[in-house]
Amino acid sequence: MSKSINQIQDEIIEEFAMFDDWMEKYEYIIDLGKELPLIADVKKTEDRLIHGCQSRVWVASEMLDKHLVFTADSDAIITKGIISLLIRVLSNQTPEDIVKSELYFIGKIGLQEHLSPTRANGLVGMINRLKSDGLKQLTS
Amino acid sequence: MSGFNVNEIRADFPILKESVNGKPLIYFDNGATSQKPRQVIERISNYYTHENSNVHRGVHYLSDQATNAYEQARNTVARYINAAHSQEVIFTKGTTDSINTVAFSVGETLKPGDEILISGMEHHSNIVPWQMLCERKGTILKVIPVTPEGTLDLEAFDTLLSERTKLLSIIHISNTLGTINPVEQLIQKAHQVGAKVLLDAAQSIQHLPIDVQHLDCDFLAFSGHKVFGPTGIGILYGKKDLLDSLPPYQGGGDMIEQVSFEKTTYNGLPLKFEAGTPNISGAIALGAAFNYLSSLDLQGAFQHEHTLGTYLRARMREIPTIRFIGEAPETCSTLSFLIGELHPFDLGTLLDKQGIAVRTGHHCTQPLMKQFNIPGTVRASLAFYNTTEEIDQFVVALERSIHLLS
Repeated sequence: MSKSINQIQDEIIEEFAMFDDWMEKYEYIIDLGKELPLIADVKKTEDRLIHGCQSRVWVASEMLDKHLVFTADSDAIITKGIISLLIRVLSNQTPEDIVKSELYFIGKIGLQEHLSPTRANGLVGMINRLKSDGLKQLTS
Repeated sequence: MSGFNVNEIRADFPILKESVNGKPLIYFDNGATSQKPRQVIERISNYYTHENSNVHRGVHYLSDQATNAYEQARNTVARYINAAHSQEVIFTKGTTDSINTVAFSVGETLKPGDEILISGMEHHSNIVPWQMLCERKGTILKVIPVTPEGTLDLEAFDTLLSERTKLLSIIHISNTLGTINPVEQLIQKAHQVGAKVLLDAAQSIQHLPIDVQHLDCDFLAFSGHKVFGPTGIGILYGKKDLLDSLPPYQGGGDMIEQVSFEKTTYNGLPLKFEAGTPNISGAIALGAAFNYLSSLDLQGAFQHEHTLGTYLRARMREIPTIRFIGEAPETCSTLSFLIGELHPFDLGTLLDKQGIAVRTGHHCTQPLMKQFNIPGTVRASLAFYNTTEEIDQFVVALERSIHLLS
């Protein structure tokens, strides 16, 4: 059986607890961000673009066997690293679980500043998009 | 006038002692807003503790106190920018509000086909009000191009300027590029064809001596918060005869002489342009900011800033793959840059982790970003309370960020 959203969040929190300072934490996030594009270039279309003020974020989703699978990318490495964590948590889950999920791991691993509206890095828009894609599946 | 000493100056700005992410704050985002000296902070507190009352209304003691302090602040600003009359100084909400006031009031006197001239390096606040005016009145917006090195194309300016030009509205120092524009020359040429000139001094009032009579600009706009004063207060300077001839922008209390349902007459300057209860504490504290500046060895302060700007550019040139956005010969201590393919957001985030505040993004100059074909820049903008040691630490932090991201 695959892991639940909260099990994955707890896993990430445990992983981040090993880091001693911000440098190690960001090195890890940046490494995640440097990995191959998480979304095919042909899918980087205008309707999949979330307009953040500074970095651009693309999100695509499709239903596979009652689970919603997300792919995404960003032109900023740190945003992309955080996105890959979000995808790890929410992708391959049922739309019901995605919609009712509470994403507590972001605060617990000390990245809450990326959710503040002033950062305007598309992350809040991305979470809203992931959840609204889930909601669309539920209501369609 | 005991000479400029940056350590003494820093002691006047309490926020500079703050720590950010466990590191001493290095504040290089002065182009967005400046920090406030305790003289300004205490002035606000003192006003609300001892003088708070509405202005130009009451017959009572406190109202007199508040009105005197408010009008005194107007005089202080007028003296600082060398206005011929204190009625030429209008309190507004900020640069944006000042520009919108001119766009509306001058706009009311324009006809379809009349031209407004701006430049390709304007802040959105000196673009959008004119576009709105053009939609409303059928006037035409013309744009002076910017050269690849980030200066105004002066030959194109000569071609664009004509008898159809009714107003030139131009940025004095570019908030994105740091370019200091040759405004005296532009103003002179604009006047030769009978155009009026609005100077956007939002980024110059804190870096250069400003003398409106010497510049001979018809209007001047700036924000209090960028010149060590509070937010929510700004200045529109206008030549007296010109302001007298213009219709008011907003209607309301204070701006009237007589109100009846048949016919309302307007107050004289400056109140004609100050409808409603103004930002009294903001205006008084802005006066305190200019009093503070006048108490300094300003020439020494500006010289220190110039030294910082030169040092910053020299140190930054050592970084491989750095690209300056804007390489004008005349710049202030503001520098926009990119490093290789790195995204400004990533650099800004890692600098913040090291206690350094810079601005990243398009700086409200999207047309300029489009011209340079970049999504944004990292911008370090300095003030006279910054130091060469901070620049050294900034370069170390930047190199560390580049290393992490590469």
